[in-house]
Amino acid sequence: MKLNALFNRSLWVYHFNSGSCNGCEIEIVATLTPRYDPERFGIKLVGSPRHADVMLVTGPVVHRMKDRLLRVYQQIPDPKLVMCIGACGISGGVFYDSYNLDGPVDEVIPVDVYVPGCPPRPEAIIHGVVKALEKLERLQGVKA
Amino acid sequence: MSGESKKAPYRVPIGPNHPALKEPVMFTFEMEGEVVRDVDFAPGQAHRGIEWMGMRRNPVQIVHLTDRICGICGVVHSLSFSLAVEQIAGIEVPERADYIRTIVHEFERIQSHLLWAGVAAHELGFDSLLYLTWRVREEAMDVIENLTGNRVNYGIVQVGGVRRDIVPEQHAIIEKCLATYEGLLDTLLSFFLDDRTIRMRCRDVGVLSRKDAVELCTVGPTARASGVNVDLRQDYPYAAYGDLDVKAVLPDRYLGETHGDVYDRIVVRLLEVGQSCQIIRQCLSEMPAGPITAEEKLVKLLATCKKATGEGIGRVEAPRGECLHYVRMEGKDSPASWKVKASSYSNLMSWIPMLRGSQIADIPIIVASIDPCLSCTDRVAIVQDNRRSILTKDDLHRLSAEKTRRLQG
Repeated sequence: MKLNALFNRSLWVYHFNSGSCNGCEIEIVATLTPRYDPERFGIKLVGSPRHADVMLVTGPVVHRMKDRLLRVYQQIPDPKLVMCIGACGISGGVFYDSYNLDGPVDEVIPVDVYVPGCPPRPEAIIHGVVKALEKLERLQGVKA
Repeated sequence: MSGESKKAPYRVPIGPNHPALKEPVMFTFEMEGEVVRDVDFAPGQAHRGIEWMGMRRNPVQIVHLTDRICGICGVVHSLSFSLAVEQIAGIEVPERADYIRTIVHEFERIQSHLLWAGVAAHELGFDSLLYLTWRVREEAMDVIENLTGNRVNYGIVQVGGVRRDIVPEQHAIIEKCLATYEGLLDTLLSFFLDDRTIRMRCRDVGVLSRKDAVELCTVGPTARASGVNVDLRQDYPYAAYGDLDVKAVLPDRYLGETHGDVYDRIVVRLLEVGQSCQIIRQCLSEMPAGPITAEEKLVKLLATCKKATGEGIGRVEAPRGECLHYVRMEGKDSPASWKVKASSYSNLMSWIPMLRGSQIADIPIIVASIDPCLSCTDRVAIVQDNRRSILTKDDLHRLSAEKTRRLQG
């Protein structure tokens, strides 16, 4: 596949924890470490949402994080993609009946790619990023 | 500027989302120049109400919920919950299951300590070491996946035993992994301990005195690094630890002295990786044959749990310290009460003496040095919308008196 002109240099991701159990967090960091080494494709975790192209959201969006999730989402410059990592962000997962959830994620912000699993394997997360890129190409047309 | 500043100390809020924090927690620092004068923190940003959900599910379901209290110490919570339920229902766990629980438990400690070492290196700006430790950590993840079927949230512990056996073919895989780690340990120790930069950044930084460590009830490596000889595996053995010879790792046994600083916390955690390797090896050679669960049929197991009444406590030495589950069953499907005290809950308060008087640049490594796990802790903390709700002794007394009157009336 060809990368879109807007994304063809590198894809910087920002990770937002909306009350997750840490499982997805470690798997995201494990994805970025030498075994899989996505940094050779320019995929890198950044500290500020203003530098990011893609936002990885983990966790079922607990009540206190909803407002922050919205604010961080607005801070990411367009064009942006949102990836929802993990079962609890997709549907609530094991936390489905909790009183403190404002989620799932797609009820708060628009989600482009869902990566299922509790937690998803690093391979699954990388696959999700590829899907995200494909979606972007479809939406904008390849300008290589 | 004149010597006496008219401005109040600067308030620097950090969090709840911040690159230095892997998990949501809100800090407020009162700064005087570069020096932290006071610190306050507000956990509770990741509260999911797990105990509340647990009281609406049955013990077999809760075990899988406990896995998801924390993604790093999954087996700790499920093991400690199972111990509590087994205690109530009088279920005798087969010996082989105890050994398998111990092996997975120790592999979890290895991966958790390596994970922490990498994060610590990252907080110091030593990213190549982060990548190195996380690369070797993958070996433990592979073995865990081989043993349990999952990399994270293993789901291997069930009330009454474990869900998967360790077959002879897996022994070789485990042995290979242990040999790798034992070969690497000296390299890791010298990378972390002989490095001048790490020594400069960690020696006498974030000191927690032995007195403070005891008074604040810290647990696990945080307490041991301050010279407190506590380790549940040694003090109150559970699973197979009664048969094994586990001694708490204290920094003065390796370095000859205890500073109670970040450096000592690195020493304790790295040495525990070596200790875990020995424990696993001993388990493998002494593991008896036999069944791996007291009751294979879940329906029958549920019926036993349903009949049980009473209360039980499960205590487990997590990678971060003591983890406690209290369960009360009253002859119903779901427990009448379930209370989790994760290890980080005991350790969080030690941040305050550690951070007070330290420099702003040392905040990330000090915060990371206790290996905080907020997803574990945030079931319990009560913080109301960033308002400080500190109750004085008088307030508490007034509330208590009012409640007494209300109950009387």
